[in-house]
Amino acid sequence: MKFTDVILHTALKMILFIILAFSVYLLFSGHHHPGGGFVGGLVTSAALVLLSIAFGSRAVREIVPVDFKLVGAAGILIAILTGCASLALGVPFLSHAHAEVHVPLIGRMELASALLFDIGVYFAVIGTTMTIIQTISEDE
Amino acid sequence: MTALHASVLLPFLFAAAVPFLYRVARPVHTGWFVLPVPLILFGFFLQYIPTVSAEATSASVPWIAALGIHFTVYLDGLSLLFALLITGIGCLVVLYSIFYLSREREALHNFYVYLLLFMGAMLGVVLSDHLLVLYTFWEITSFSSFFLIAYWFERRKSRQGAMKSLLITLTGGFAMLLGLLMLGHAAGSYSIRDIIAAGPFGAGGIYGSSGAGSAADAAANAAAGMTAAGAAGAALADHALFLPAMILILLGAFAKSAQFPFHIWLPDAMEAPTPISAYLHSATMVKAGVYLVARLTPVFGGAAEWTWIILSVGLATLFWGSFLAIRQIDLKAMLAFSTVSQLGLIMCLLGIGSAALRPGMPAGETMLFSAAVLAAVFHLLNHSVFKGCLFMVVGILDHELGTRDIRKLGGLIRYMPVSFTLMMIGAFSMAGLPPFSGYLSKEMFFAGVLGVLEGRAALDAGWWTAIVPLLAWIASIFTFIYSLTLIFRTFTGRLQPALLDKPPHEAPPGMLIPPVVLGALALVFFAAPNALAQAILEPSVRAVLPILPVGEGEDGLHISAWHGWASAELWMTVGVVLFGIFLYRNMNRWILIYNYLPAKWSFNRLFELGLAGMERVSMRVTRIYMTGFTGHYFGYIFVFLVLLAGTALIALDAVRFNFSGQAPVHWFEAVLGAALVASAVYLVYSRQRLVSIIVLSAVGFLVSLLFVNFRAPDLALTQFAVETISTCLFLLCFFFLPKMTERGAAGKSATGAAPTVASARPAEGTASRLRPARIDWPRLLISAGVGTVLTLIGLSAIGHRPFETISRYYENAFELAGARNIVNAIIVDFRGFDTMLEIVVLFMAGLGVYTLIKLRGTGSRVSGGGSGQKALKPEDRTLDIQE
Repeated sequence: MKFTDVILHTALKMILFIILAFSVYLLFSGHHHPGGGFVGGLVTSAALVLLSIAFGSRAVREIVPVDFKLVGAAGILIAILTGCASLALGVPFLSHAHAEVHVPLIGRMELASALLFDIGVYFAVIGTTMTIIQTISEDE
Repeated sequence: MTALHASVLLPFLFAAAVPFLYRVARPVHTGWFVLPVPLILFGFFLQYIPTVSAEATSASVPWIAALGIHFTVYLDGLSLLFALLITGIGCLVVLYSIFYLSREREALHNFYVYLLLFMGAMLGVVLSDHLLVLYTFWEITSFSSFFLIAYWFERRKSRQGAMKSLLITLTGGFAMLLGLLMLGHAAGSYSIRDIIAAGPFGAGGIYGSSGAGSAADAAANAAAGMTAAGAAGAALADHALFLPAMILILLGAFAKSAQFPFHIWLPDAMEAPTPISAYLHSATMVKAGVYLVARLTPVFGGAAEWTWIILSVGLATLFWGSFLAIRQIDLKAMLAFSTVSQLGLIMCLLGIGSAALRPGMPAGETMLFSAAVLAAVFHLLNHSVFKGCLFMVVGILDHELGTRDIRKLGGLIRYMPVSFTLMMIGAFSMAGLPPFSGYLSKEMFFAGVLGVLEGRAALDAGWWTAIVPLLAWIASIFTFIYSLTLIFRTFTGRLQPALLDKPPHEAPPGMLIPPVVLGALALVFFAAPNALAQAILEPSVRAVLPILPVGEGEDGLHISAWHGWASAELWMTVGVVLFGIFLYRNMNRWILIYNYLPAKWSFNRLFELGLAGMERVSMRVTRIYMTGFTGHYFGYIFVFLVLLAGTALIALDAVRFNFSGQAPVHWFEAVLGAALVASAVYLVYSRQRLVSIIVLSAVGFLVSLLFVNFRAPDLALTQFAVETISTCLFLLCFFFLPKMTERGAAGKSATGAAPTVASARPAEGTASRLRPARIDWPRLLISAGVGTVLTLIGLSAIGHRPFETISRYYENAFELAGARNIVNAIIVDFRGFDTMLEIVVLFMAGLGVYTLIKLRGTGSRVSGGGSGQKALKPEDRTLDIQE
């Protein structure tokens, strides 16, 4: 699918980055505010889908030259390894820990293992969605 | 974790290292790296020989402690005998395979990985005490056997043989699993030791007090224990599951040990490389069934059913196997049938021996029957030795000459003297001639079958038991005949160099060493049978028959080659030799009787018919409901849902409305709801695909608006994103679909039917267009039903509050998980495991789509390629089995 729509093309060049930035924001804000890895991943995929609608799926392949199957697998691996880390510390699988640290210049920052897990979810969602969309759209 | 545990795990661990060794050290034959494993283990098990007769070794590590499953290893005489066979023959086979399998042409890493897997699993089988652990290892041996038979998987016959063996042994294994579960349930314990110690026949005393003295004492104990336990009602033998468990376990053992009528897989398994045939399919794996029968004899042996089932199945196998072996023209097929029949012989002896455990058995008969167990374990050892030797010699012929067909062989004695000698030792040992060890166990076998006749009173049997020694004797004649065929048709007679692929020559020394060792053992065992008996056979017999008195060397456990002129066994052997030679010389006259065997009713044919029939029936059943129309599948799902949930609602009287405590419906919500209903109804009537998609996503977006209204930003966000993506997906998919048609006449959409997207088959589109306009009642009913039931469930769920709400727990999300967003805390922390599995499922679905679309239509990639280089492989001939 590819439309040669000047308005879409022009608008997309700005909107795309806003959507992507928003998706990353959603991912990281999930701990305390609405959002999370699942939504973040979906929004990122939506941005990429928009890109492929505007410029064709080949453009996505060139701009984001990754195999999305591997992205999905990596996401699952991150999630599982986060769970295994707690096993290594002798607590039940997938126990989470969180701590606040002070980082120079940035100030107070919160670190949570749940965020790592969420990043895994994020990549798994992107990988799956994009695998399906690309597979179907590139089928002859 | 003890050294015994390590001995089971070592082959598994080494199997993991084999592929790396294969890749790193290509110039060295991988077998050289593997060889130390069985060698070390053999040495390790040898050191137990001096102590095993005094006490058994046992050690335990918890495996699945929650289910009470412990990996308990238990090493007594029987286990040790098998462990030595597995590792000892394993050494020789690995050494042999180094010369048999080409380093350049074969996928050696696969071969040795499977071989080591088998070795570890087989050691696990013979060392495990827990029934379920034993079963696990048992099935691993089946699978490694499957892989090894299909080692040359580019050949159709290999694949078929592997499949057949897997189907038969796994079916038997499944029956066995059921039997083991029944046994464990009935006995209250899955430990074989515990079950035996508890005294299955209510005779708690008899196995415990094996040192009590004579068997008469034991019998008295048995009687006493019987009454005592009868009063308590605790005897395992009285349990209702005792007999079903026994029969199911025996099915597994018979299937594994290729007993009649499950024997058909073994000849087909000969498609495996010859070292594997020698190792798995004659010396070790097929004896797993024998092992299990021997191991469980103390549990079941006292039952008459156990004795008669094993005796008759073993006898039938012995007879039928030896009968069919004669007509084979492929040496390997001949050895396969011979293995079948020899396994039947061992089985038969174990059946006779188990009678010694019957409660109330007189002392004389007990000794008579226990001698059969000694014969069984002795013959088991002998068979592994001579059959291993024979297989290796046949492998040499095949490897060096390029054929195993006895019609092409002959006159090789001048060119291959060592092979001839080895073949002669092996075949004469099998035929039961002195001075080879097979003679001793064959004599003991005759004594055993005569014992059935002699002790028939104790067995509650009549004169008809004379059929047992008779059949055994006839089978021995057959055995003698094909043993002669093996030697003389191959090595004497006229040489036909034109029919051989290569000029006849002797094999390299490396290939000759393993069979020479085995041949020498056949002689050594004949020379010093009693040293062997004391070291390993007697502890084995004691493991099978715990009642046996200790410490008296002469009573039955003495093996002698000479029983005097008056012994019936001697004259039976003489008869076998005379009749055998007579029949062998006149074979042309009577070989034709095989043509009268009904080919239509052979077991192979029945098996194939059964398999094809099952495939046909299941295909037909599947075709009834797998129509290829998505509409039908949705129909099944929804009908099921309506019936199940609806029935539950009515049966549990769960329909209840209680709207107290609910917030009033705001006008905004009412508008949203109305819009939802309107778009859903419009969806049904829309006839354009694009409109359908838009209306469908309108439904989704309206729902997310509802979430916004209910202040659930997380849900709303997610719903929005999902809706966006899935609309794009719909557009993509519909782009590829054919033009939308409608059920019923075009234009008249007052049918109430959902618009069907014509499926990939154009036929449906035309068919439905031809159909007259009418209301599709089934669909209407289904959709109305689904709507009603789900609405009722939703409303009733509000009406019921059977439990305290758990939402309070999540209110502490910040304290518990450090997260202010409760929804997120639930997803990633409280229910993190769910989420993890959900993303796995999601990803699997994605991969599924990928596989369906990208990998279709490339089905026949396996065939072709490399067939030219395989042409030089040994045994590239298929087996010709005559049945």
